[in-house]
Amino acid sequence: MSFVLDIVTIIAVSAGAFFFLAGTVGLLRFPDTLTRLHALTKADNLGLGLMVLGLLPHAGSLRDGIKLICVWLIVLLAGATVSQLIGYVARREGSRP
Amino acid sequence: MTFASMAFGSMTFALALEIVLAAVVLTGAVWAIAARETLPAVAGFVAYGLLLSLVWVHLGAPDVALTEAAIGSGLTGALLVGAAARLRLSEVPMAVEHPGVILRMPAAVLSVTVAAALAASVLLLPDPAPTLAPSAAENAAATSLGNPVTNVLMAFRAMDTLLEKIVLLLALIGVWSLAPDRFWGGRPGPRHYADPQGVLAFVARVLPPVGIIVGIYILWTSADHPGGAFQGGTILAAMWLLVMMAGLTDAPPVGERRLRLLLLAGPVVFLVIGLSGLAFGDAFLAYPMAYAKPLILAIEFAMILTIAVTLGLLVAGPPEREPGS
Amino acid sequence: MSAATVFGLCAAVAVGLGLYGVITNPQPLRKVLAFNLIGSGVFTFFGVVARRGAAAGFGGDPIPQALVITGIVVAFSATALAIALLLRLFQATGSATLRADASTSAGSHPSKL
Repeated sequence: MSFVLDIVTIIAVSAGAFFFLAGTVGLLRFPDTLTRLHALTKADNLGLGLMVLGLLPHAGSLRDGIKLICVWLIVLLAGATVSQLIGYVARREGSRP
Repeated sequence: MTFASMAFGSMTFALALEIVLAAVVLTGAVWAIAARETLPAVAGFVAYGLLLSLVWVHLGAPDVALTEAAIGSGLTGALLVGAAARLRLSEVPMAVEHPGVILRMPAAVLSVTVAAALAASVLLLPDPAPTLAPSAAENAAATSLGNPVTNVLMAFRAMDTLLEKIVLLLALIGVWSLAPDRFWGGRPGPRHYADPQGVLAFVARVLPPVGIIVGIYILWTSADHPGGAFQGGTILAAMWLLVMMAGLTDAPPVGERRLRLLLLAGPVVFLVIGLSGLAFGDAFLAYPMAYAKPLILAIEFAMILTIAVTLGLLVAGPPEREPGS
Repeated sequence: MSAATVFGLCAAVAVGLGLYGVITNPQPLRKVLAFNLIGSGVFTFFGVVARRGAAAGFGGDPIPQALVITGIVVAFSATALAIALLLRLFQATGSATLRADASTSAGSHPSKL
Protein backbone atom coordinates (compact mmCIF):
# COMPACT_ATOMS: atom_id res chain seq x y z
CA MET A 1 0.00 0.00 0.00
CA SER A 2 2.74 2.42 0.89
CA PHE A 3 4.44 1.50 -2.38
CA VAL A 4 1.36 2.66 -4.29
CA LEU A 5 1.33 5.88 -2.24
CA ASP A 6 4.98 6.47 -3.08
CA ILE A 7 4.25 6.02 -6.79
CA VAL A 8 1.36 8.46 -6.57
CA THR A 9 3.59 10.98 -4.79
CA ILE A 10 6.37 10.69 -7.34
CA ILE A 11 4.02 11.03 -10.30
CA ALA A 12 2.08 13.95 -8.85
CA VAL A 13 5.15 15.89 -7.70
CA SER A 14 6.88 15.32 -11.03
CA ALA A 15 3.81 16.53 -12.90
CA GLY A 16 3.70 19.58 -10.63
CA ALA A 17 7.37 20.25 -11.33
CA PHE A 18 6.68 19.99 -15.04
CA PHE A 19 3.98 22.65 -14.79
CA PHE A 20 6.34 24.89 -12.82
CA LEU A 21 8.91 24.44 -15.56
CA ALA A 22 6.31 25.26 -18.21
CA GLY A 23 5.29 28.37 -16.31
CA THR A 24 8.87 29.54 -15.99
CA VAL A 25 9.55 28.95 -19.69
CA GLY A 26 6.45 30.97 -20.45
CA LEU A 27 7.61 33.76 -18.14
CA LEU A 28 10.93 33.97 -19.93
CA ARG A 29 9.75 33.51 -23.50
CA PHE A 30 6.40 35.23 -23.84
CA PRO A 31 6.42 38.70 -25.40
CA ASP A 32 4.39 40.83 -23.05
CA THR A 33 3.02 41.11 -19.53
CA LEU A 34 -0.45 39.66 -20.05
CA THR A 35 0.76 36.47 -21.71
CA ARG A 36 3.41 36.04 -19.05
CA LEU A 37 0.77 36.31 -16.34
CA HIS A 38 -1.20 33.63 -18.15
CA ALA A 39 1.81 31.32 -18.04
CA LEU A 40 2.45 31.99 -14.36
CA THR A 41 -1.07 31.13 -13.29
CA LYS A 42 -0.58 27.66 -14.73
CA ALA A 43 2.41 27.20 -12.45
CA ASP A 44 0.40 28.49 -9.50
CA ASN A 45 -2.79 26.49 -9.90
CA LEU A 46 -1.76 23.26 -11.52
CA GLY A 47 1.86 23.05 -10.45
CA LEU A 48 1.40 23.76 -6.78
CA GLY A 49 -1.90 21.87 -6.68
CA LEU A 50 -0.36 18.70 -8.09
CA MET A 51 2.57 18.98 -5.69
CA VAL A 52 0.23 19.37 -2.71
CA LEU A 53 -1.81 16.44 -3.99
CA GLY A 54 1.35 14.38 -4.21
CA LEU A 55 2.44 15.30 -0.69
CA LEU A 56 -0.94 14.59 0.91
CA PRO A 57 -0.38 10.81 1.29
CA HIS A 58 2.78 11.58 3.24
CA ALA A 59 1.31 14.27 5.47
CA GLY A 60 1.64 13.30 9.12
CA SER A 61 -2.01 13.64 10.05
CA LEU A 62 -5.33 14.94 8.80
CA ARG A 63 -4.50 18.33 10.29
CA ASP A 64 -1.24 18.55 8.37
CA GLY A 65 -3.04 17.57 5.18
CA ILE A 66 -5.61 20.32 5.69
CA LYS A 67 -2.78 22.77 6.34
CA LEU A 68 -1.19 21.81 3.00
CA ILE A 69 -4.47 22.38 1.17
CA CYS A 70 -4.93 25.73 2.93
CA VAL A 71 -1.44 26.76 1.80
CA TRP A 72 -2.43 25.97 -1.79
CA LEU A 73 -5.71 27.90 -1.49
CA ILE A 74 -4.02 30.98 -0.04
CA VAL A 75 -1.36 30.91 -2.76
CA LEU A 76 -4.16 30.67 -5.33
CA LEU A 77 -5.92 33.67 -3.81
CA ALA A 78 -2.76 35.75 -3.64
CA GLY A 79 -1.66 34.77 -7.15
CA ALA A 80 -5.04 35.51 -8.68
CA THR A 81 -5.27 38.90 -6.97
CA VAL A 82 -1.80 40.00 -7.97
CA SER A 83 -2.28 38.76 -11.54
CA GLN A 84 -5.47 40.76 -11.91
CA LEU A 85 -3.87 43.89 -10.47
CA ILE A 86 -0.80 43.59 -12.67
CA GLY A 87 -2.95 42.85 -15.71
CA TYR A 88 -5.10 45.91 -15.05
CA VAL A 89 -2.09 48.18 -14.79
CA ALA A 90 -0.42 46.55 -17.80
CA ARG A 91 -3.45 47.10 -19.99
CA ARG A 92 -3.81 50.66 -18.77
CA GLU A 93 -0.20 51.47 -19.61
CA GLY A 94 -0.35 49.81 -23.01
CA SER A 95 1.44 46.68 -21.85
CA ARG A 96 4.74 48.37 -21.15
CA PRO A 97 6.57 45.42 -19.58
CA MET B 1 43.53 13.95 0.48
CA THR B 2 42.97 15.96 -2.66
CA PHE B 3 40.39 18.70 -2.73
CA ALA B 4 38.30 16.75 -5.22
CA SER B 5 37.99 13.70 -3.02
CA MET B 6 37.38 15.90 -0.01
CA ALA B 7 34.63 17.75 -1.84
CA PHE B 8 32.93 14.93 -3.66
CA GLY B 9 33.91 11.90 -1.63
CA SER B 10 30.73 11.86 0.38
CA MET B 11 28.41 13.26 -2.25
CA THR B 12 24.90 12.17 -1.61
CA PHE B 13 21.70 13.11 -3.38
CA ALA B 14 20.73 15.43 -0.54
CA LEU B 15 24.07 17.20 -0.77
CA ALA B 16 23.68 17.59 -4.53
CA LEU B 17 20.27 19.19 -3.98
CA GLU B 18 21.74 21.54 -1.42
CA ILE B 19 24.46 22.58 -3.85
CA VAL B 20 21.77 23.31 -6.43
CA LEU B 21 19.84 25.34 -3.84
CA ALA B 22 22.95 27.35 -2.96
CA ALA B 23 23.57 27.98 -6.68
CA VAL B 24 20.01 29.26 -7.21
CA VAL B 25 20.30 31.49 -4.12
CA LEU B 26 23.48 33.00 -5.53
CA THR B 27 21.79 33.54 -8.89
CA GLY B 28 19.16 35.61 -7.10
CA ALA B 29 21.88 37.57 -5.31
CA VAL B 30 23.76 38.26 -8.55
CA TRP B 31 20.51 39.41 -10.16
CA ALA B 32 19.82 41.75 -7.24
CA ILE B 33 23.23 43.39 -7.69
CA ALA B 34 23.60 43.35 -11.45
CA ALA B 35 20.11 44.21 -12.73
CA ARG B 36 19.97 47.49 -14.58
CA GLU B 37 16.71 48.84 -13.24
CA THR B 38 15.72 48.93 -9.60
CA LEU B 39 12.40 47.07 -9.67
CA PRO B 40 13.89 43.92 -11.24
CA ALA B 41 16.72 44.12 -8.68
CA VAL B 42 14.19 44.25 -5.84
CA ALA B 43 12.34 41.30 -7.37
CA GLY B 44 15.62 39.38 -7.44
CA PHE B 45 16.23 40.31 -3.81
CA VAL B 46 12.80 39.06 -2.71
CA ALA B 47 13.36 35.78 -4.58
CA TYR B 48 16.79 35.52 -2.95
CA GLY B 49 15.24 36.01 0.49
CA LEU B 50 12.57 33.36 -0.02
CA LEU B 51 15.13 30.84 -1.25
CA LEU B 52 17.34 31.78 1.68
CA SER B 53 14.56 30.74 4.05
CA LEU B 54 14.74 27.30 2.39
CA VAL B 55 18.46 27.35 3.21
CA TRP B 56 17.56 28.07 6.82
CA VAL B 57 15.26 25.05 6.89
CA HIS B 58 18.15 22.94 5.62
CA LEU B 59 20.31 24.39 8.39
CA GLY B 60 17.80 23.08 10.92
CA ALA B 61 16.48 26.49 12.02
CA PRO B 62 12.75 26.71 11.19
CA ASP B 63 12.17 29.73 13.45
CA VAL B 64 14.81 31.70 11.59
CA ALA B 65 13.39 30.50 8.26
CA LEU B 66 10.00 31.95 9.25
CA THR B 67 11.60 35.24 10.29
CA GLU B 68 13.68 35.50 7.11
CA ALA B 69 10.70 34.82 4.87
CA ALA B 70 8.41 37.21 6.73
CA ILE B 71 10.66 40.13 7.66
CA GLY B 72 13.85 39.62 5.66
CA SER B 73 12.24 39.25 2.27
CA GLY B 74 8.56 40.03 2.78
CA LEU B 75 8.47 43.30 4.66
CA THR B 76 11.85 44.48 3.37
CA GLY B 77 10.67 43.71 -0.16
CA ALA B 78 7.50 45.73 0.37
CA LEU B 79 9.55 48.64 1.70
CA LEU B 80 12.00 48.50 -1.22
CA VAL B 81 9.27 48.23 -3.88
CA GLY B 82 7.46 51.24 -2.41
CA ALA B 83 10.68 53.25 -2.36
CA ALA B 84 11.63 52.14 -5.88
CA ALA B 85 8.24 53.21 -7.20
CA ARG B 86 8.57 56.64 -5.59
CA LEU B 87 12.12 57.11 -6.80
CA ARG B 88 11.41 56.03 -10.36
CA LEU B 89 11.51 59.61 -11.59
CA SER B 90 15.09 59.97 -10.41
CA GLU B 91 16.35 56.81 -12.06
CA VAL B 92 16.99 58.20 -15.50
CA PRO B 93 19.29 61.03 -14.44
CA MET B 94 21.15 58.73 -12.08
CA ALA B 95 21.75 56.02 -14.62
CA VAL B 96 24.23 58.42 -16.16
CA GLU B 97 26.40 58.06 -13.08
CA HIS B 98 27.90 54.79 -14.20
CA PRO B 99 31.02 53.96 -12.22
CA GLY B 100 34.08 53.50 -14.34
CA VAL B 101 36.64 50.75 -14.33
CA ILE B 102 38.74 52.77 -11.88
CA LEU B 103 36.14 52.08 -9.21
CA ARG B 104 35.06 48.63 -10.31
CA MET B 105 38.45 46.88 -10.34
CA PRO B 106 39.51 47.69 -6.75
CA ALA B 107 35.94 47.03 -5.57
CA ALA B 108 35.98 43.64 -7.26
CA VAL B 109 39.37 42.83 -5.75
CA LEU B 110 38.19 43.86 -2.29
CA SER B 111 34.96 41.86 -2.59
CA VAL B 112 36.77 38.75 -3.77
CA THR B 113 39.26 39.08 -0.91
CA VAL B 114 36.53 39.43 1.69
CA ALA B 115 34.56 36.52 0.23
CA ALA B 116 37.69 34.36 0.12
CA ALA B 117 38.53 35.20 3.72
CA LEU B 118 35.02 34.26 4.84
CA ALA B 119 35.10 31.07 2.77
CA ALA B 120 38.44 30.13 4.31
CA SER B 121 37.07 30.69 7.80
CA VAL B 122 34.09 28.46 6.93
CA LEU B 123 36.41 25.70 5.83
CA LEU B 124 38.63 26.17 8.88
CA LEU B 125 35.86 26.12 11.49
CA PRO B 126 36.96 24.02 14.46
CA ASP B 127 35.98 20.37 14.56
CA PRO B 128 34.32 19.31 16.91
CA ALA B 129 32.32 22.51 16.86
CA PRO B 130 31.92 24.42 20.12
CA THR B 131 28.31 24.66 21.10
CA LEU B 132 26.06 25.98 23.82
CA ALA B 133 23.29 23.47 23.07
CA PRO B 134 23.97 21.26 26.09
CA SER B 135 23.69 24.17 28.54
CA ALA B 136 20.53 25.32 26.75
CA ALA B 137 19.11 21.82 27.17
CA GLU B 138 20.15 21.62 30.83
CA ASN B 139 18.44 24.84 31.77
CA ALA B 140 15.33 24.24 29.70
CA ALA B 141 13.53 22.98 32.77
CA ALA B 142 13.55 26.49 34.18
CA THR B 143 10.73 27.59 31.87
CA SER B 144 9.13 24.31 30.73
CA LEU B 145 9.01 25.61 27.15
CA GLY B 146 9.53 23.04 24.44
CA ASN B 147 11.01 25.28 21.76
CA PRO B 148 14.68 25.93 22.60
CA VAL B 149 14.87 29.10 20.51
CA THR B 150 11.91 30.63 22.34
CA ASN B 151 13.63 29.64 25.56
CA VAL B 152 16.74 31.52 24.54
CA LEU B 153 14.84 34.56 23.24
CA MET B 154 12.48 34.97 26.15
CA ALA B 155 14.37 33.53 29.10
CA PHE B 156 18.12 33.17 28.70
CA ARG B 157 18.67 36.25 26.52
CA ALA B 158 15.55 38.15 27.45
CA MET B 159 17.62 41.30 27.85
CA ASP B 160 18.47 41.16 24.12
CA THR B 161 14.80 40.86 23.21
CA LEU B 162 13.87 43.77 25.44
CA LEU B 163 16.54 45.97 23.91
CA GLU B 164 15.48 44.84 20.44
CA LYS B 165 11.96 46.12 21.14
CA ILE B 166 13.44 49.44 22.16
CA VAL B 167 15.57 49.54 19.00
CA LEU B 168 12.40 49.08 16.95
CA LEU B 169 10.80 52.00 18.77
CA LEU B 170 13.87 54.16 18.25
CA ALA B 171 13.84 53.38 14.52
CA LEU B 172 10.16 54.35 14.40
CA ILE B 173 10.84 57.64 16.18
CA GLY B 174 13.68 58.22 13.72
CA VAL B 175 11.34 57.63 10.78
CA TRP B 176 8.68 59.93 12.24
CA SER B 177 11.17 62.69 12.92
CA LEU B 178 11.88 62.91 9.18
CA ALA B 179 8.46 64.41 8.53
CA PRO B 180 8.24 68.15 7.85
CA ASP B 181 7.17 70.09 10.91
CA ARG B 182 3.67 70.80 9.69
CA PHE B 183 2.96 67.07 9.28
CA TRP B 184 4.12 66.03 12.75
CA GLY B 185 1.49 63.84 14.35
CA GLY B 186 -0.35 63.33 11.08
CA ARG B 187 -1.20 60.25 9.08
CA PRO B 188 1.58 58.36 7.29
CA GLY B 189 1.40 57.80 3.57
CA PRO B 190 -1.17 58.98 1.07
CA ARG B 191 -4.82 58.02 1.34
CA HIS B 192 -5.16 54.85 -0.65
CA TYR B 193 -8.21 54.25 -2.78
CA ALA B 194 -9.23 51.00 -4.37
CA ASP B 195 -12.35 50.07 -6.27
CA PRO B 196 -14.72 48.70 -3.59
CA GLN B 197 -15.90 46.08 -6.08
CA GLY B 198 -12.41 45.24 -7.18
CA VAL B 199 -10.04 42.41 -6.47
CA LEU B 200 -7.85 44.24 -3.95
CA ALA B 201 -10.78 45.22 -1.75
CA PHE B 202 -12.07 41.65 -1.96
CA VAL B 203 -8.77 40.14 -0.84
CA ALA B 204 -8.43 42.78 1.89
CA ARG B 205 -11.74 41.56 3.26
CA VAL B 206 -11.10 37.82 2.88
CA LEU B 207 -7.47 37.39 3.85
CA PRO B 208 -7.07 39.37 7.12
CA PRO B 209 -9.26 37.09 9.26
CA VAL B 210 -7.20 34.12 8.09
CA GLY B 211 -3.99 36.08 8.57
CA ILE B 212 -4.88 37.15 12.08
CA ILE B 213 -5.61 33.58 13.10
CA VAL B 214 -2.36 32.37 11.53
CA GLY B 215 -0.37 35.15 13.22
CA ILE B 216 -1.77 34.50 16.67
CA TYR B 217 -1.38 30.77 16.14
CA ILE B 218 2.30 31.19 15.29
CA LEU B 219 2.72 33.10 18.55
CA TRP B 220 0.76 30.58 20.59
CA THR B 221 2.54 27.57 19.21
CA SER B 222 6.00 29.07 19.69
CA ALA B 223 6.07 27.64 23.20
CA ASP B 224 6.72 24.14 21.89
CA HIS B 225 6.97 24.34 18.10
CA PRO B 226 8.72 26.65 15.65
CA GLY B 227 7.24 30.11 15.70
CA GLY B 228 7.54 33.24 17.74
CA ALA B 229 6.21 36.66 18.54
CA PHE B 230 8.17 38.35 15.75
CA GLN B 231 6.94 36.06 13.02
CA GLY B 232 3.33 36.27 14.20
CA GLY B 233 3.58 40.02 14.64
CA THR B 234 4.86 40.40 11.09
CA ILE B 235 1.85 38.56 9.71
CA LEU B 236 -0.48 40.81 11.70
CA ALA B 237 1.40 43.86 10.43
CA ALA B 238 1.10 42.57 6.85
CA MET B 239 -2.65 42.14 7.20
CA TRP B 240 -2.94 45.68 8.55
CA LEU B 241 -0.89 47.04 5.66
CA LEU B 242 -3.08 45.11 3.20
CA VAL B 243 -6.23 46.64 4.66
CA MET B 244 -4.66 50.11 4.55
CA MET B 245 -3.47 49.70 0.96
CA ALA B 246 -6.92 48.61 -0.16
CA GLY B 247 -8.33 51.78 1.27
CA LEU B 248 -10.67 49.96 3.64
CA THR B 249 -9.18 51.89 6.53
CA ASP B 250 -6.94 54.88 6.75
CA ALA B 251 -3.60 54.98 8.49
CA PRO B 252 -4.02 56.31 12.01
CA PRO B 253 -2.50 59.70 12.89
CA VAL B 254 0.80 58.98 14.59
CA GLY B 255 0.01 61.42 17.37
CA GLU B 256 -3.01 59.40 18.44
CA ARG B 257 -2.85 58.38 22.08
CA ARG B 258 -4.25 54.89 21.58
CA LEU B 259 -1.64 54.14 18.95
CA ARG B 260 1.18 55.30 21.16
CA LEU B 261 -0.13 53.20 24.07
CA LEU B 262 -0.10 50.14 21.81
CA LEU B 263 3.46 50.94 20.80
CA LEU B 264 4.52 51.14 24.42
CA ALA B 265 2.61 48.08 25.60
CA GLY B 266 5.28 45.54 24.66
CA PRO B 267 8.38 47.16 26.15
CA VAL B 268 6.51 48.39 29.22
CA VAL B 269 5.07 44.98 30.10
CA PHE B 270 8.48 43.46 29.51
CA LEU B 271 10.15 46.06 31.69
CA VAL B 272 7.59 45.77 34.49
CA ILE B 273 7.91 42.00 34.62
CA GLY B 274 11.68 42.34 34.52
CA LEU B 275 11.75 44.81 37.37
CA SER B 276 9.39 42.66 39.41
CA GLY B 277 11.91 39.89 38.88
CA LEU B 278 14.39 42.23 40.54
CA ALA B 279 12.00 42.99 43.39
CA PHE B 280 10.59 39.54 44.10
CA GLY B 281 13.21 37.23 42.63
CA ASP B 282 16.91 36.94 42.07
CA ALA B 283 17.70 39.45 39.37
CA PHE B 284 16.35 41.66 36.61
CA LEU B 285 14.27 39.51 34.22
CA ALA B 286 14.52 36.45 36.46
CA TYR B 287 11.24 34.55 36.24
CA PRO B 288 10.15 32.56 39.31
CA MET B 289 10.04 28.94 38.17
CA ALA B 290 6.40 28.39 39.01
CA TYR B 291 5.18 31.38 36.99
CA ALA B 292 7.73 31.35 34.19
CA LYS B 293 5.43 30.14 31.41
CA PRO B 294 2.45 32.45 32.16
CA LEU B 295 4.78 35.43 32.55
CA ILE B 296 6.47 34.68 29.26
CA LEU B 297 3.11 34.32 27.55
CA ALA B 298 1.96 37.65 28.98
CA ILE B 299 5.09 39.34 27.69
CA GLU B 300 4.70 37.72 24.29
CA PHE B 301 1.09 38.80 23.88
CA ALA B 302 1.99 42.38 24.68
CA MET B 303 4.98 42.07 22.38
CA ILE B 304 3.03 40.82 19.39
CA LEU B 305 0.72 43.84 19.50
CA THR B 306 3.61 46.25 19.66
CA ILE B 307 5.59 44.43 16.99
CA ALA B 308 2.62 44.38 14.62
CA VAL B 309 1.96 48.10 15.02
CA THR B 310 5.64 49.07 14.90
CA LEU B 311 6.45 47.05 11.78
CA GLY B 312 3.34 48.32 10.04
CA LEU B 313 4.20 51.92 10.84
CA LEU B 314 7.83 51.44 9.77
CA VAL B 315 6.64 50.34 6.34
CA ALA B 316 4.00 53.09 6.17
CA GLY B 317 6.69 55.72 6.69
CA PRO B 318 6.76 59.24 8.08
CA PRO B 319 3.56 61.29 8.30
CA GLU B 320 2.61 62.93 5.02
CA ARG B 321 -0.68 64.54 5.88
CA GLU B 322 -1.51 67.17 8.40
CA PRO B 323 -3.00 66.03 11.68
CA GLY B 324 -6.68 66.66 11.82
CA SER B 325 -7.13 66.02 8.09
CA MET C 1 31.85 18.75 2.55
CA SER C 2 28.61 18.85 4.46
CA ALA C 3 25.46 20.85 3.94
CA ALA C 4 26.60 23.45 6.42
CA THR C 5 29.86 23.98 4.55
CA VAL C 6 28.05 24.42 1.22
CA PHE C 7 25.81 27.07 2.68
CA GLY C 8 28.75 28.69 4.43
CA LEU C 9 30.51 29.14 1.11
CA CYS C 10 27.25 30.46 -0.34
CA ALA C 11 27.11 33.00 2.49
CA ALA C 12 30.71 34.08 1.83
CA VAL C 13 29.91 34.70 -1.85
CA ALA C 14 26.75 36.62 -0.90
CA VAL C 15 28.78 38.91 1.39
CA GLY C 16 31.30 39.50 -1.40
CA LEU C 17 28.52 40.29 -3.89
CA GLY C 18 26.86 42.64 -1.44
CA LEU C 19 30.11 44.46 -0.77
CA TYR C 20 30.68 44.91 -4.50
CA GLY C 21 27.14 46.23 -4.88
CA VAL C 22 27.52 48.72 -2.04
CA ILE C 23 30.71 50.15 -3.51
CA THR C 24 29.85 50.27 -7.19
CA ASN C 25 26.14 51.02 -7.42
CA PRO C 26 25.61 54.78 -7.64
CA GLN C 27 21.98 54.76 -6.48
CA PRO C 28 21.47 54.80 -2.71
CA LEU C 29 18.48 52.48 -2.93
CA ARG C 30 20.63 49.85 -4.64
CA LYS C 31 23.26 50.38 -1.94
CA VAL C 32 20.65 49.69 0.75
CA LEU C 33 19.65 46.55 -1.12
CA ALA C 34 23.27 45.38 -1.37
CA PHE C 35 23.76 46.13 2.31
CA ASN C 36 20.84 43.86 3.10
CA LEU C 37 22.60 41.21 1.04
CA ILE C 38 25.71 41.54 3.21
CA GLY C 39 23.55 41.28 6.32
CA SER C 40 21.77 38.13 5.21
CA GLY C 41 25.09 36.56 4.24
CA VAL C 42 26.48 37.20 7.72
CA PHE C 43 23.30 35.76 9.27
CA THR C 44 23.65 32.64 7.14
CA PHE C 45 27.20 32.35 8.45
CA PHE C 46 25.75 32.36 11.98
CA GLY C 47 23.37 29.65 10.82
CA VAL C 48 26.26 27.51 9.65
CA VAL C 49 27.91 27.83 13.06
CA ALA C 50 24.58 26.97 14.70
CA ARG C 51 24.12 23.91 12.51
CA ARG C 52 27.56 22.63 13.34
CA GLY C 53 26.76 23.06 17.02
CA ALA C 54 23.98 20.50 16.91
CA ALA C 55 24.08 18.57 20.17
CA ALA C 56 21.98 17.48 23.13
CA GLY C 57 19.10 16.36 20.91
CA PHE C 58 18.66 19.70 19.12
CA GLY C 59 19.02 20.09 15.38
CA GLY C 60 21.18 23.14 15.90
CA ASP C 61 22.63 25.37 18.59
CA PRO C 62 19.71 27.60 19.62
CA ILE C 63 21.72 30.60 20.81
CA PRO C 64 23.07 31.71 17.40
CA GLN C 65 19.61 31.13 15.95
CA ALA C 66 18.05 33.47 18.51
CA LEU C 67 20.77 36.05 17.82
CA VAL C 68 19.99 35.87 14.11
CA ILE C 69 16.27 36.39 14.70
CA THR C 70 17.10 39.52 16.67
CA GLY C 71 19.53 40.54 13.94
CA ILE C 72 16.99 40.19 11.14
CA VAL C 73 14.50 42.41 12.97
CA VAL C 74 17.12 45.06 13.74
CA ALA C 75 18.38 44.95 10.13
CA PHE C 76 14.85 45.55 8.93
CA SER C 77 14.39 48.56 11.21
CA ALA C 78 17.71 49.98 10.00
CA THR C 79 16.59 49.49 6.39
CA ALA C 80 13.29 51.22 7.12
CA LEU C 81 15.12 54.22 8.60
CA ALA C 82 17.53 54.31 5.64
CA ILE C 83 14.64 54.23 3.14
CA ALA C 84 12.84 57.00 5.02
CA LEU C 85 16.00 59.13 4.92
CA LEU C 86 16.39 58.44 1.21
CA LEU C 87 12.81 59.40 0.41
CA ARG C 88 13.11 62.56 2.47
CA LEU C 89 16.31 63.48 0.61
CA PHE C 90 14.44 62.95 -2.64
CA GLN C 91 11.57 65.13 -1.45
CA ALA C 92 13.83 67.89 -0.23
CA THR C 93 16.29 68.09 -3.12
CA GLY C 94 14.50 66.47 -6.03
CA SER C 95 17.17 63.89 -6.68
CA ALA C 96 18.14 60.86 -4.63
CA THR C 97 21.85 60.97 -5.14
CA LEU C 98 24.67 61.23 -2.63
CA ARG C 99 26.91 63.29 -4.87
CA ALA C 100 27.64 66.65 -3.30
CA ASP C 101 27.64 68.54 -6.59
CA ALA C 102 24.33 67.22 -7.90
CA SER C 103 22.14 69.97 -9.29
CA THR C 104 18.85 70.35 -7.48
CA SER C 105 17.02 71.23 -10.65
CA ALA C 106 17.36 67.69 -12.00
CA GLY C 107 14.40 65.39 -11.67
CA SER C 108 11.08 66.37 -10.17
CA HIS C 109 10.02 69.32 -8.07
CA PRO C 110 11.31 69.46 -4.52
CA SER C 111 8.87 68.71 -1.68
CA LYS C 112 6.44 67.19 -4.12
CA LEU C 113 4.33 64.53 -2.47
